[in-house]
Amino acid sequence: MRVELDEPKCVASGQCVMASPDVFDQRDEDGVAILLEEEPGEELLDDVREAVAICPAAAIRLVEE
Amino acid sequence: MADTLAGTPDTAPSVPEYPMPRDAGCPLAPPPALTPLRDDQPLGKARIWNGATPWLITRHADQRALLTDPRVSNDDHEPDFPHVNAHRAAIAPFTPKLITNTDAPEHTRLRRSVNGPFLVKRIEAMRPAVQKLVDDLIDDMLAGPDPADLLTALALPLPSLVIAELLGVPYKDHAVFQENSNRVLDSSLSAEEAQASGRALHQYLDTLFHEKLENPDDDVLSEMAGRVKAGEMTHEEAVSMGVAMLIAGHETTATMISLGTLALLLHPDQLALLRESDDPKFVAGAVDELLRYLSIVHSGLRRVAKEDIEIGDQVIRKGDGLLFDLQAANWDPRAFPESERLDLSRPARQHNAFGYGPHQCLGQNLARLELQVVYGTLYKRVPTLSLAAPIEQLAFNHTGTTYGVKCLPVRW
Ligand code: HEM
Repeated sequence: MRVELDEPKCVASGQCVMASPDVFDQRDEDGVAILLEEEPGEELLDDVREAVAICPAAAIRLVEE
Repeated sequence: MADTLAGTPDTAPSVPEYPMPRDAGCPLAPPPALTPLRDDQPLGKARIWNGATPWLITRHADQRALLTDPRVSNDDHEPDFPHVNAHRAAIAPFTPKLITNTDAPEHTRLRRSVNGPFLVKRIEAMRPAVQKLVDDLIDDMLAGPDPADLLTALALPLPSLVIAELLGVPYKDHAVFQENSNRVLDSSLSAEEAQASGRALHQYLDTLFHEKLENPDDDVLSEMAGRVKAGEMTHEEAVSMGVAMLIAGHETTATMISLGTLALLLHPDQLALLRESDDPKFVAGAVDELLRYLSIVHSGLRRVAKEDIEIGDQVIRKGDGLLFDLQAANWDPRAFPESERLDLSRPARQHNAFGYGPHQCLGQNLARLELQVVYGTLYKRVPTLSLAAPIEQLAFNHTGTTYGVKCLPVRW
């Protein structure tokens, strides 16, 4: 699976970091999301799905190949 | 539909009034009239204080789609913006651009500029300090008279002390800061008295901000002082933001502490689960379930359409107002099966209690932290906690931004 982050839409609420801390982090100065893992392993799938579902800006997409 | 129209004269349009009354016998449930509106006629209209009839959005999926739609605007200078009341309508033309009344890209810029302190890791770093505040407030309550009012003992002081800490209010000023912030919310005072306390707070933060400009420290006001020096923010914007954080975060969090405790006392099986759990994930889930169940921001989020929007077989026209009732969506059985049950073990994270879309609550991570510490501590430390008055005697606050109890007498 591949994760896509639409950075201009990000409102920096940090919800993805709470749901999936292995895949997302926040930029120190303003909290905008950083993608740590573009192609995370299967074991992280549930966390990433949760991050996609709770992102208030609908800025994360999960592309499952 | 036929049932809900029974008794209405044929000629009267069946547009319900909003906000809607609750059932006194079920004070924690949403107004009964909302349920058929959501389930039978998802995109209806409702009549507000000025006679206008904005769309009433009640389903979870519709709220999420519309609150992230760039054609849905928070610009309260628009003529048909469905304001909460006459006062807000009157001041809107004079309100400067703030994070609460702008759209992207301006909103994105303003919001990112105040977001630093709310980063997940910075909030998490406050946990020990919040735990200490909660422990001390509970110590004081237990040392005082039994019964006590949980609102004045814990629910109101905690969020104002936490925001004081976040902003960088020195300890010696906590008492004055807290007294004024309580007076702003005290419904027994006149509007003039509350406004005077609001001005005193503004003045206090303004003076403090000057000190932070001279001697910056590691806190939110100092961080904003840095942005003012760099020309990214004006002095007045920074002080207003400080006041806004206090106002937005005080009553809301206090209400979740008091109404959340009431809900748990009324569901002893759920309270027992929380009292016996040492799992931080369970406590975090319980916080989200209580946020969902109570949906305390009950006056409806307000927006206006900037373009025509087709949804299902209906069209929301450019200029139409929109109202989003959060409890209707958070009790939508399509999103939360058996939604009327308080079930601390359910996955509740996708609730809309903090709103949704770019304006979703700025302080949500901080609010969650405070609630996790309170719910994870209070019932363990005071296992005999119980209501000291029959529920029928509790006075609920039906006006204002949040729905809560005016006082919560408890004994132990
Ligand atoms: C349990 C406690 C809280 C609840 C239920 C709550 C609820 C909400 C809701 C529903 C909104 C969305 C309004 C809209 O979209 O029109 C919101 C926005 C906001 N909240 Fe909270 N809130 C809480 C605590 C806090 C705290 C602790 C702070 C700050 C320290 C805070 C600061 C804000 C701000 C600044 C906004 C405006 C954000 C924007 O428009 O971009 N809130 N809150």
